[in-house]
Amino acid sequence: MTRRAVARTFVYLSLVLAALVVLLPLGVIVLTSLKSEQEMADDSGALSLPGDLLNFHNYVTAFQDGEMLAAFANTAFILLFAVTGTVLIGSMTAYAIDRFTFRFRKPVIALFLVATLVPGVTTQVATFQIVNSFGMFDTLWAPIALYMGTDIVSIYIFLQFVRSIPISLDESARLDGANAFTIYRKIIFPLLKPAIATVVIVKGITVYNDFYIPFLYMPSEDLGVISTSLFRFKGPFAAHWETISAGAVLVILPTLVAFLSLQRFIYNGFMKGATR
Amino acid sequence: MTDTTEAAMTGRAAARGKEPPPAPAPPQAPRGARLRRGATPWLFLIAPLALLLTFTYAPIANMVAYSFTDWDGVSPELHYTGAGNYTELLTRPELFEVFFVSGYYLAASAVQIVAALYFATILSFDVRFRNFFKGVLFFPYLINGVAIGFVFLYFFQDGGTLDSVLSVFGVHTDHAWLGTPTSANISLAGVSVWRYMGLNFVLFLGAIQSIPGELYEAAELDGANRWHQFRYIIAPGIKPVLSLSVILSISGSLSVFEIPYIMTGGATGTETFVIQTVKLAFQFNKTGLASAAAVVLLLIVLAVTWVQRRLVPDDRVDLV
Repeated sequence: MTRRAVARTFVYLSLVLAALVVLLPLGVIVLTSLKSEQEMADDSGALSLPGDLLNFHNYVTAFQDGEMLAAFANTAFILLFAVTGTVLIGSMTAYAIDRFTFRFRKPVIALFLVATLVPGVTTQVATFQIVNSFGMFDTLWAPIALYMGTDIVSIYIFLQFVRSIPISLDESARLDGANAFTIYRKIIFPLLKPAIATVVIVKGITVYNDFYIPFLYMPSEDLGVISTSLFRFKGPFAAHWETISAGAVLVILPTLVAFLSLQRFIYNGFMKGATR
Repeated sequence: MTDTTEAAMTGRAAARGKEPPPAPAPPQAPRGARLRRGATPWLFLIAPLALLLTFTYAPIANMVAYSFTDWDGVSPELHYTGAGNYTELLTRPELFEVFFVSGYYLAASAVQIVAALYFATILSFDVRFRNFFKGVLFFPYLINGVAIGFVFLYFFQDGGTLDSVLSVFGVHTDHAWLGTPTSANISLAGVSVWRYMGLNFVLFLGAIQSIPGELYEAAELDGANRWHQFRYIIAPGIKPVLSLSVILSISGSLSVFEIPYIMTGGATGTETFVIQTVKLAFQFNKTGLASAAAVVLLLIVLAVTWVQRRLVPDDRVDLV
């Protein structure tokens, strides 16, 4: 074998190995979720195949006893408001900062900039007291307000886009008698579609996966979102790995579907989000 | 990471300094119209600013204030204790030990960055099934943290995925992977690599692919091999993203929460700084002490960011 062939083999070997490392833990969970209680008790090893590949009994248990339906409904509710709010707030801030000169413009920009440096996990001790004083503790509004109010990355994504829209568009609309709100609503906002798509996807996935905020702010069982409801599987299903696995698969499945159908947007979105 | 943000945000203002303001009001405009124009940006900013001040700046201010008191988070009574909480944090070793746990995650993120660099480099060349491998490597980053926690609880369980795989290769072990502090922390840090490598990888890959292809061709004509190409073309091209990844890893290692909390609840020596803070604040009602801890963490993260910006000045100002 030539050196080049050896190098190629090594490259493919490492890729296959990495793919196995990623997929094996997930695959085993899928297998486990299809096993019956009896099969789990027989202890035939984690890698053994389930007797019946179409045994969806555990999914029914996870869905009903784990109250996953309520969890998905709560998550959807939070997603709807938090994502809409983020889009409106981010685009409005970007429009105001980019298209107007006003007093204290620089200090306002600095406020948003410095906020990107503050990791959210550190301030929850005090944020909790504020959320509590608004009476939002243990309601769906606590996470909604926090997701909306602390997202500076999407402001930045919108800002990049607003900058690329020529000012001459605003000006000609203004000559036709449009005011600032009409310009924002009729010209800027529709042209922001690609940025909106990016923000919706990135924000949507982040909110869907978040555990910390719902865990801290919504202890009530009927306010479980998918993260916290799945986390509660730990208690009642402690030894029932087949049910826990089914719950985990139920939570991962929507992400997989979203990823497969929106791949390009997702890569771009997370790249823009991280390299702000 | 924010130098570019700054440039993007202030860029237009600087450019505007030389031009007249956009859409200047006609000179004969009535006074009312001009006033309204002055207020217009504030109408757009009022909601975002209110949220920003309420949920980012007010908590920071309160947190600093609480950190000098013995408040329990509920009672109307609180006493000023000076720097008492801070001395307690620094002198009670068990409160400080959590920082050593961050060491495991820091080491893991070094592994993570090297692996991400390797995969980004080889996948930037022509490889079969490239999109498949790219997707597989990135997907873990998108998965719900609780689901990942459960997947790996089963993975490390006695007779779970890892033990089964090992026994396929003839290694039979009844080592409790999450049983001792060292083993548990290494396992959890490994999960963190599994989860976050994809983001680093995609960032690196994006940076590498934005390097113009002619550079490689020219280098090849000059007799450069793959290593030379990496050393002199790829490495400089990804420097900004690399420094960003390093900074994200450091602040990430200090604020680890989800994986250890979900998997071990902070037992067997896997408690991290954030888990400890959350427990202090919400289980033991020591809001004062927890605030002091949070202030320390915030200061460390800010210091790290500051050092990074001094060491690696961002020169991508024109990119955005």
